[in-house]
Amino acid sequence: MSDNGNDTPHLPGPSLWPIAFAIGVALLLLGLVISWLVALIGAIVAVVFGLLWGRDATGEVRAEAPPIQPETPADDPGAVEGAVQETLPGYTRSRFLEASLIGLAGGMGAVLTLPVLGFMVLPSFTNVEEDEADLGPLENFPEGQYVIATYLAVPAQGEVTRRTAFVRNNGPTDDGEPSFTILYSRCVHLGCPVQPNGPIDETAMTEIEGGVELRPVLAQSFGCPCHGGQYDAEGNRTAGPPVRSMDRYTFSIRNGRLVLGELYAVGNVSGAGANATISRYPWSVPGTHVDGVSAWLYPIVPSQVTG
Amino acid sequence: MAKVKTRRQLAVETAVLAPLDWIDERTGAVRGTKWFLFRNVPRDISWAQTLGFATLIAFAAQALTGAILAMYYKPSSEIDPTTGKPIAYASIEHITSELTLGWLVRGMHRWGASVFVILLFLHMGRVFLFGAYKYPRELQWITGVLLLVTGMLMGFTGYLLPWDQTAYWATVVGINLNGTAPFAGPWLAQFLAGGPEIGADTLAKWYALHMLLIPGAVIALIGVHLYLVTRLGVVSPPWSKEQAGRIRGEAPAPEGAREGLVRGSGGGD
Repeated sequence: MSDNGNDTPHLPGPSLWPIAFAIGVALLLLGLVISWLVALIGAIVAVVFGLLWGRDATGEVRAEAPPIQPETPADDPGAVEGAVQETLPGYTRSRFLEASLIGLAGGMGAVLTLPVLGFMVLPSFTNVEEDEADLGPLENFPEGQYVIATYLAVPAQGEVTRRTAFVRNNGPTDDGEPSFTILYSRCVHLGCPVQPNGPIDETAMTEIEGGVELRPVLAQSFGCPCHGGQYDAEGNRTAGPPVRSMDRYTFSIRNGRLVLGELYAVGNVSGAGANATISRYPWSVPGTHVDGVSAWLYPIVPSQVTG
Repeated sequence: MAKVKTRRQLAVETAVLAPLDWIDERTGAVRGTKWFLFRNVPRDISWAQTLGFATLIAFAAQALTGAILAMYYKPSSEIDPTTGKPIAYASIEHITSELTLGWLVRGMHRWGASVFVILLFLHMGRVFLFGAYKYPRELQWITGVLLLVTGMLMGFTGYLLPWDQTAYWATVVGINLNGTAPFAGPWLAQFLAGGPEIGADTLAKWYALHMLLIPGAVIALIGVHLYLVTRLGVVSPPWSKEQAGRIRGEAPAPEGAREGLVRGSGGGD
């Protein structure tokens, strides 16, 4: 070992030249691709600053090390002259390394977790629009009578997406336009499957291509088996805990076939059938108010954002 | 006083202790185990103080039976074309009625879930009535409440997995109950259902929540909870005749020690 006789690690004096040297090397490599001029400049920079770096690094060996001013001068008046007095700079190397380690680890953590968190949350809110469902020819929907229609909202995903709608052909409106009342079977209390309050004639079931099943019923009111919510023929609540009227579908008629559109929430329905006045709101989960003061509790619902 | 040990006893003792010493010297495991398990407790504790450990055992039973059930359960809501049944439901039937001892392990998991939640509440009631949540044990109470929440989430997510009518509609109701929370409710419901309604990905999502994410949180919380129990010790019941903060025959609590803090809790720190 050398003659300094202690265990403190030997470090060369601080030098900025390695940075310029690195820039030179980078320029040199870049120049190999771009142009010889850049490479030449890079080479010169690298050589010059490499030499400077070498001069700095070997300074202690070649000659007496120049006295380096401490970054913060010692201000301890009680310091004994000649004693080993280590004055730490305000922002030490170890603190810098500590901070960069924490920052680096934090950055790595963010790079890892943010996409994962996004993947956990976002698929529930993006690309959730469902295709329109074709319920088949209009002849299957006798005027003034409800038909229970079940269909696959996303046929590729199978039975798990089977939905039920109560479809009533209201006959033409005063303007001669066709009119349908199409209620979604989910209770607007907490989402249980609402049933017609009357027998279902299974023998009268009609099957249509695409997994659609139609069952006519005579009942003109609906009830929920879970908590006793009751609805009338327009889907207005008549008893029990539901907080709004039954959700409805928009519809269109193409080539003589009934096609279901998007689902929307209904505050209340006045009037009946073709002449009903429906207070329509963006769809929200069951149990949430869409009108009145209570609706202030749900200022933004997902369907307003994601469509 | 102690009997003089024979040479043979010493040899046996050395043979037993040497490997333990070897491990302890490298890991501190023996000292750690002693610190964790061999603690002084107040002399007037009773069976009431065992409820926490009972809850821990109930969770361990759930973890064990759940891990084995996962070997046979298939979290898919697709319909098996040959049987016409959803794959998840068919795998539950398979476990219950075909696999040897499947009925037993599924039953342990299913009933053990209720045992776990009941014990959680009993333990919480004991801690509340004994005032064991007071200084310096507030963080034990807080981690305990978080354990209650995660424990209930385990029940909520596990209920869907059999994928029968009860499971499905109870979960629909549960999701929509969450949906009625002000402001964030509809967003929470849509996240839980994986869309506006339960869909093809929902069951697998809940399975992952039930057996990976939430148990991870539960285990981490149990770790903190147990560390705090070990560090701070068991509290005397409120009717204790022992003077609080003192062990029989020991010097009074040092200056600044607060009343109610059980001293000598196995070298908590």
